Amino acid sequence: MTESYLNARTPTTLRPPAPPKRWTKPRVIGHVLVGIWAALIIGLLFYLYTAWNPELIQKYGPTYWSGLKTTIGLVGSSIILGALISIPVALGRMSKNWFASSVAYAYVYFFRGTPLIAQVFLIYYGVGSFKTQLEAVGLWVFFREAWYCALVSFALNTAAYQAEILRGAIRSVSLGQWEGAASLGISKFVTFWKVILPQALIVALRPYGNEVILMIKGSAIVALITVYDLMGYTRLAYSRTFDFQAYLWAAIIYLILVEILRHIWDWMERRITRHLIR
Amino acid sequence: MRITKRLALAISAAALAFTMGAAHAEDALKLTIASEGAYPPFNNLTPDGKLEGFDIDIGNALCAEMKAQCTWVSQDWDGMIPALQAGKFDAIIASMSITPERLEKVDFSKKYYNTPPAIAVPKDSAIKDITPEALKGKTLGVQASTSHSNFAQAKYSGSELKMYPTADEYKLDISNGRIDAVMDDVIVLGQWLDSDAGACCKLLGTIEPDVSIHGPGAGVTVKKGNTALADKFTAAIAAIRKNGKYKEINDKYFKIDVYGGED
Repeated sequence: MTESYLNARTPTTLRPPAPPKRWTKPRVIGHVLVGIWAALIIGLLFYLYTAWNPELIQKYGPTYWSGLKTTIGLVGSSIILGALISIPVALGRMSKNWFASSVAYAYVYFFRGTPLIAQVFLIYYGVGSFKTQLEAVGLWVFFREAWYCALVSFALNTAAYQAEILRGAIRSVSLGQWEGAASLGISKFVTFWKVILPQALIVALRPYGNEVILMIKGSAIVALITVYDLMGYTRLAYSRTFDFQAYLWAAIIYLILVEILRHIWDWMERRITRHLIR
Repeated sequence: MRITKRLALAISAAALAFTMGAAHAEDALKLTIASEGAYPPFNNLTPDGKLEGFDIDIGNALCAEMKAQCTWVSQDWDGMIPALQAGKFDAIIASMSITPERLEKVDFSKKYYNTPPAIAVPKDSAIKDITPEALKGKTLGVQASTSHSNFAQAKYSGSELKMYPTADEYKLDISNGRIDAVMDDVIVLGQWLDSDAGACCKLLGTIEPDVSIHGPGAGVTVKKGNTALADKFTAAIAAIRKNGKYKEINDKYFKIDVYGGED
């Protein structure tokens, strides 16, 4: 092991000369495809340049901004709330107690198996028909607001996915880690918190990123229950101008949002895998 | 080889027959007309998914008058004009108001009806009248992308505006007590209030329409520049007004003449 490591570092290694780069079929196809993509992007930028309409931007820009704030606020709070709910659900899924495990299983089964839009409608309009009962227990004030209904349904939905991510990640940490900690006399809670979870989070990080991105895009349905997010205001702007620019700008904003998120996730990955880099 | 040749021959023969058939059928005007199907009594879907209502009956009468073969399709309200522009259908008969905003993108026939907007509130509501002052601070529900929502945005800025994808949803929400008032066409609200579903609410009053926002009434929508078709529809509307067919359909649905004043 040590020897080969040293060998790799010796500068005297002779490499054969690089083979001549020939225009093979895949290489030609690759260049053509990149060319097509480049042309599409240039075309898009050119279209945006020619279609630039300060009047539209002035009129609808602020609504896009407020829509973006709604999207970020709603997705951010539902992801956090969902993360909190997902912990007991994940523990339930891994529990040996048949009752806890079947309740958690049913929860995940339902929320992953039905469309988000159905869940939003069920909570917004379904709960609305129990107004008198809800008023009696003082919950109507909460469910009256469309925003809270959206928050609840999004959080419940994402919690099911997050619970599965968490469960998979915890299971991926080998049992030996538990046993090793136990042999040192460390309590189960501390073992989980200090040994298992940090290792599990490395595995869970990318799936969590996917879940956040899916929620950002999934939240676009919320305008159906009168919460106007970025997509809602886009549709409104389109329905008054019939200008496809409206959707193009929305796509660009979503793209930027996801790109920022990707960078944050890259940074987080570098941070929590420092000990793995030699 | 022989088989493929024969197959190719058969296919080309079939294609030829098909194009000839299509060319023959072009003698009669063939139109595809779209409506929404969530705006009773003007347009609505039957339980088995067919379109029905005043718009549909008027459309069929106009087609009969123009001797056109018409097929109906239902289309989401929000996508109605983009789909027309994309050529998915030839005309829209969906109680679409002839607004200045829409006239920039599409053309219309002359109106085939004109009824005023109105506001409905829950029966125990404390709101006294339909003025913007009386509705200040209240939540007002409207259907998004309609002349009513534009009007509410312009004139009822003191109220909190809630925009719903279709009329069905604001009806649900006012009977749930989530919103304080709804604004829509008086006939649409009236029909709903007369039904069991509208038992929660009452009509507060009608609003004087603003021509610069509501336009002169609802017309048949056609693609921008297709004035030939729009004129055909305008002539057909005048014809069914004259020969009593309009009155027959009108009386089937309404107690009053929804056509409004002559313009």
